[in-house]
Amino acid sequence: MIYFYAGTLFLLLFSFFKDKQKTRQALKIAWKKFAHIAPGFVMVLILMAAVLTALPEHVIARVLGNGQVWISVATAALIGSVTLMPGFIVFPLCGLLLKQGISYMVLSAFTTTLMMVGVITFPVEKAYFGTRVTLIRNAFSFLTALIVTLATGFFFGELGQ
Amino acid sequence: MKKKIRIIAAAGFILFLGLSYLMNFAPGEEMGRKIWLFTLDMIKILLCAFILIGLFEVWVKKETVEKHLGEGSLSMGYIWALLLAGTTVGGLYVAFPVAHSLYKKGAKLSVIFTYISAAAVFRVPMAVFEASFMGLKFTAIRFSVSLPLILLSSILLGAYLKKKDYSIRDGEIYQKR
Repeated sequence: MIYFYAGTLFLLLFSFFKDKQKTRQALKIAWKKFAHIAPGFVMVLILMAAVLTALPEHVIARVLGNGQVWISVATAALIGSVTLMPGFIVFPLCGLLLKQGISYMVLSAFTTTLMMVGVITFPVEKAYFGTRVTLIRNAFSFLTALIVTLATGFFFGELGQ
Repeated sequence: MKKKIRIIAAAGFILFLGLSYLMNFAPGEEMGRKIWLFTLDMIKILLCAFILIGLFEVWVKKETVEKHLGEGSLSMGYIWALLLAGTTVGGLYVAFPVAHSLYKKGAKLSVIFTYISAAAVFRVPMAVFEASFMGLKFTAIRFSVSLPLILLSSILLGAYLKKKDYSIRDGEIYQKR
């Protein structure tokens, strides 16, 4: 993260010394674009907090570890699709679940849908690309996540259970 | 009209959070705390992301993007998309505005979709973090299985939309002004 800030700052200063006018224009564009999409982000944040309050981590852990692999995979994919979590929460949680004996396949379904399928980010995605494209992209992503899940199960030898 | 509803909804929500704190309603308090936490996390990333988008829009020429990511770019366009995705921070919500700017500068649809999906899965800092918790094998399987699927679905989606003569208009948010 610190490199990201440093890089941005460096580019901004570099741009400023090269052409003040253009840099001012860049910042103007940045602000305008941000202001346009901000309502969408507010919506995403509210949805995210609502879902995570309704489904706190210990509930997710209980649901994913119910013993029946296929039901767990299905719920994991479902929860992953409708949730959005920052990476610093997801992977420590999954590492913990792994130690508790939850299969790789279930965690793969959970994390892959979490990353690729965005039900919560729908307001933002729709604003940029329209409803139809957003629906198609998410459907493809869900399918991809399912195939990744099956592959994970296959390579970890969990399919036959 | 739509704006009015939005403002009323937002005011209602803030009222709900405020009342939750006053009356010690635990789920409301928890939601407020989470929103605050996520907002901080998101703002930090979005601030830099939008500054970079602004710089990109004023400095990078349309021809450059067209040449490397546009219709004539063939396979190199996808490689650029993957590299760009690897260095993206944040997640999908950062990838959308970046992809939109790239598209406006002349990148083709299939490259855009490759970038978005890849930015969801292949971000390098996240992958390192992931592998440290889940093991390298887990991450390697995810990468190698999803990569061809992402490319395939992006190319299919791009071709389908091209046939339908679709173009990404400025989304409804932009249209209003």
